Amino acid sequence: MGSRSSHAALIPDVENIRRETGFSQASLLRLYHRFRALDRSKKGYLSRADLQQIGALAVNPLGDRIIDSFFPDGSQRVDFSGFVRVLAHFRPIDDDTGVRDPKQPEPLNSRTNKLRFAFQLYDLDQDGKISRHEMLQVLRLMVGVQVTEEQLESITDRTVQEADEDGDGAVSFLEFTKSLEKMDIEQKMSIRILK
Amino acid sequence: MLRAALPLLGLPLAGAGAAEEPTQEPGSWGEPPPGLTLFRWQWHEVEAPYLVALWILVASLAKIVFHLSRKVTSLVPESCLLILLGLVLGGIVLAVAKKAEYQLEPGTFFLFLLPPIVLDSGYFMPSRLFFDNLGAILTYAVVGTLWNAFTTGAALWGLQQAGLVAPRVQAGLLDFLLFGSLISAVDPVAVLAVFEEVHVNETLFIIVFGESLLNDAVTVVLYKVCNSFVEMGSANVQVTDYLKGVASLFVVSLGGAAVGLVFAFLLALTTRFTKRVRIIEPLLVFLLAYAAYLTAEMASLSAILAVTMCGLGCKKYVEANISHKSRTAVKYTMKTLASCAETVIFMLLGISAVDSSKWAWDSGLVLGTLFFILFFRALGVVLQTWMLNQFRLVPLDKIDQVVMSYGGLRGAVAFALVILLDRTKVPAKDYFVATTIVVVFFTVIVQGLTIKPLVKWLKVKRSEHHKPTLNQELHEHTFDHILAAVEDVVGHHGYHYWRDRWEQFDKKYLSQLLMRRSAYRIRDQIWDVYYRLNIRDAISFVDQGGHVLSSTGLTLPSMPSRNSVAETSVTNLLRESGSGACLDLQVIDTVRSGRDREDAVMHHLLCGGLYKPRRRYKASCSRHFISEDAQERQDKEIFQQNMKRRLESFKSTKHNICFTKNKPRTRKASRKKDGVANAEATNGKPPRDLGFQDTAAVILTVESEEEEESDSSETEKEDDEGIIFVARATSEVLQEGKFSGSLEICPSPRIIPPSPTCAEKELPWKSGQGDLAVYVSSETTKIVPVDMQTGWNQSISSLESLASPPCTQAPTLTRLPPHPLGTEEPQAPLDLSSDPRPSFAFPPSLAKAGRSRSESSADISQQQELQPLMGHKNHTHLSPGTANSHWCIQFNRGGRL
Repeated sequence: MGSRSSHAALIPDVENIRRETGFSQASLLRLYHRFRALDRSKKGYLSRADLQQIGALAVNPLGDRIIDSFFPDGSQRVDFSGFVRVLAHFRPIDDDTGVRDPKQPEPLNSRTNKLRFAFQLYDLDQDGKISRHEMLQVLRLMVGVQVTEEQLESITDRTVQEADEDGDGAVSFLEFTKSLEKMDIEQKMSIRILK
Repeated sequence: MLRAALPLLGLPLAGAGAAEEPTQEPGSWGEPPPGLTLFRWQWHEVEAPYLVALWILVASLAKIVFHLSRKVTSLVPESCLLILLGLVLGGIVLAVAKKAEYQLEPGTFFLFLLPPIVLDSGYFMPSRLFFDNLGAILTYAVVGTLWNAFTTGAALWGLQQAGLVAPRVQAGLLDFLLFGSLISAVDPVAVLAVFEEVHVNETLFIIVFGESLLNDAVTVVLYKVCNSFVEMGSANVQVTDYLKGVASLFVVSLGGAAVGLVFAFLLALTTRFTKRVRIIEPLLVFLLAYAAYLTAEMASLSAILAVTMCGLGCKKYVEANISHKSRTAVKYTMKTLASCAETVIFMLLGISAVDSSKWAWDSGLVLGTLFFILFFRALGVVLQTWMLNQFRLVPLDKIDQVVMSYGGLRGAVAFALVILLDRTKVPAKDYFVATTIVVVFFTVIVQGLTIKPLVKWLKVKRSEHHKPTLNQELHEHTFDHILAAVEDVVGHHGYHYWRDRWEQFDKKYLSQLLMRRSAYRIRDQIWDVYYRLNIRDAISFVDQGGHVLSSTGLTLPSMPSRNSVAETSVTNLLRESGSGACLDLQVIDTVRSGRDREDAVMHHLLCGGLYKPRRRYKASCSRHFISEDAQERQDKEIFQQNMKRRLESFKSTKHNICFTKNKPRTRKASRKKDGVANAEATNGKPPRDLGFQDTAAVILTVESEEEEESDSSETEKEDDEGIIFVARATSEVLQEGKFSGSLEICPSPRIIPPSPTCAEKELPWKSGQGDLAVYVSSETTKIVPVDMQTGWNQSISSLESLASPPCTQAPTLTRLPPHPLGTEEPQAPLDLSSDPRPSFAFPPSLAKAGRSRSESSADISQQQELQPLMGHKNHTHLSPGTANSHWCIQFNRGGRL
């Protein structure tokens, strides 16, 4: 984990990152240590292989997709600020919502952004829609038991139809948000330690 | 109340009689005992169980009376009413018997009354919610209880030192600590009874309730430790004893939990192998859970914790392993037992309070205790919540804290513990008893009465019941996995990490070991939701279709875009067989009286029309009502009824049968009809056909009578749904099961035009998908639990039998070589002999059968296709060994339940 005595000043561009992600100094430091620990060859960035060597991710059905989300636009490396930016989605929502300047961009941990993160895990081709095929792929990962392909397809149809409001056979982000409007996303997509 | 007094009056009389008897027999007469006595009074032999039964009966009757008025029960919690009733009954007992009897004995309470309640709450505990809040629950249960016990005890001692407690209360610090330990624990029974009616949000409920369950270990330890310290005398207590006390906290709690988990494992493993002996499945659940309780009690571990963990741990696997019926049985029995125990506990609490010989009053002590437990509870909650909120993702706000402080009800556990005190060792026992009674009464009655208005006034977030959607279920799983993955990336092994670990372990090893292979397949939450949604959609679809017969413009609440496959399939089905042949030449339209037809119509009208008041949604945590599954069942029932109704109207439009008159329910009509059938049969048909016809008709009439009874009574009893449904199902099974039963035997079921696949097309709601029927017909049979499958079959075959009546097999029978005459001949008279019993029933279904018989006009090719099926159908109906008659038995039993 690196030495505990390290100072936040060691982190490159720390102020900007803090402003953007809203992480506390301590959290950033902690994440920086983790980043450096993952970066085994000390190259200053993480590659897919670095993340793939996390044992538990390998068995996570969504592990690959989550790793992919660290590497947007087909890039092969992620630096610390990118790393933190992804994780910032899971920061619990602050209580002092009124303080935030409305002119500033929406914080990464807002409800919409949390949902968008989940959405892009489904939306593999990034066309802004979860097609039937994409839904089927996710369901195949999620439905753990031996369900036949036919059943899976009918579940998929059902799921898509359920959320699909404009009848285009795919789930747009708006429809995705709407299908989850009763759920407490702020709670379900937050991790406490990422203050 | 008279009933309550009866055994008391009977007791001395009977006792005297029993006492005389043995002296007489060997004594004065000196002759062998009289050969035969016509009447013997043996109260003595049945006394104990009789009294138990009577008390339970009284409690149940009281419950019924309370619930006669919705207004009263909505204002006053049942537990209050029961305590008050107990007070009154206790007064009567005191007045009649001149001594206090029938009190809450600690032994009875701990061995018989408490386990069912705890098992029920553990088994039906929403486990995800429980583990999500485990940290808070444990904190409140352990730290909170310790805090309450010590502060209350110490404060009372201070009160005594200050001279505010009368000097006749002889108690030292240890005595007060002992008292504090027993009075401090929040009581699961009382909490459940009150919170069940106040529908606060899930998190709040699980925290208060979980605390009340888990604090048992702390209470037991504190109580035992303090008790032994008091018995040893404070001078003799060594430092090691304190250490032992602390150690025993861990031993008792962890040991109790371990015992529970071991039994949960055993239970799950046992139910894996009960496939052939389904009938003992519910029994196993209760036996092993009770064994867990007794084992923990025997080892003086926390028995409540053991049963809670047993229920919590085994549920997933047991539910997967046991049959659907067993699941219902477990559910109902558990609820019944728990509710019964709870009722009796509160009533006996009331009765026990009357006995003034046991208690001694001291105002200072009573008022002081009341104040302290309320004050320290509130203070403790505030302090702990502040601490917890540093770690909680969703902090508990002030309103939650108020409800939590106020919801700290004390109950029967405290009472039983205080009764168990040894008067020689604890001289102030009588004062403690009185104080405990007052505290229990105050918390249950005053707080129980006011908590509902308080919750309303504070606008506490209520639990909201919304239907699960596939999207939500799927995304929730996604979120879980995402969070687990993020924790991995961050390198923090937090809650999500461990949950993920556990789920993988469970999936890889535990479920494989403890679940039947077939059961393992169907236990997937997404699939589960999908399945339930389909059922519900089918119902609402048919519900709408029942009124709108056009195949266009049908929309479902959850399905925006789709054209209806099912509609066409049903239409096809009708087209194929509904207007099909009637080869039964004996059936003439004019023979059937108009009344029969009216009967049939009214019958179905009632069937279809009467379910609606039952549609009610309940909160999921309730002990007294089984919401989800009942809803499911009811939906199934509604589906069947609607299908029927729809077919009726469809046919009536088709055949211009119009029904307008009222329903005349005369037995004459049925007799007449029977007579007609008889005459017809003897004229032109082999008698065995008559036998079958009559059987079918007769059985159906009986069942439909039941059906209507249950339907008319359903408005008041929601909890009976499942059972009523099962009873109702008999009619359908008898009537329609033949088809589905025959499907299994029929060599080529695909010939049958109205095979289940037609209607099952409705399941997946796939519009214009050709492979759909295949998928459903092949997969539902595998994956859908058997009972649901039967439900479907019933509903589907109800369509069939309406369209092509069972009687149409008459001519085909003669052509069926594999169907020997001998199997039917002996059965026919037997079935006829059963005629008188149900003869009081009116003949709607007979008429229905007849009507549809006539409606199926001559379509010979159709009938020929149906031939093998029909023959088997008849066969399966009459011979007891087949699947169909097996059904009859099962369903009948269910109905009698």
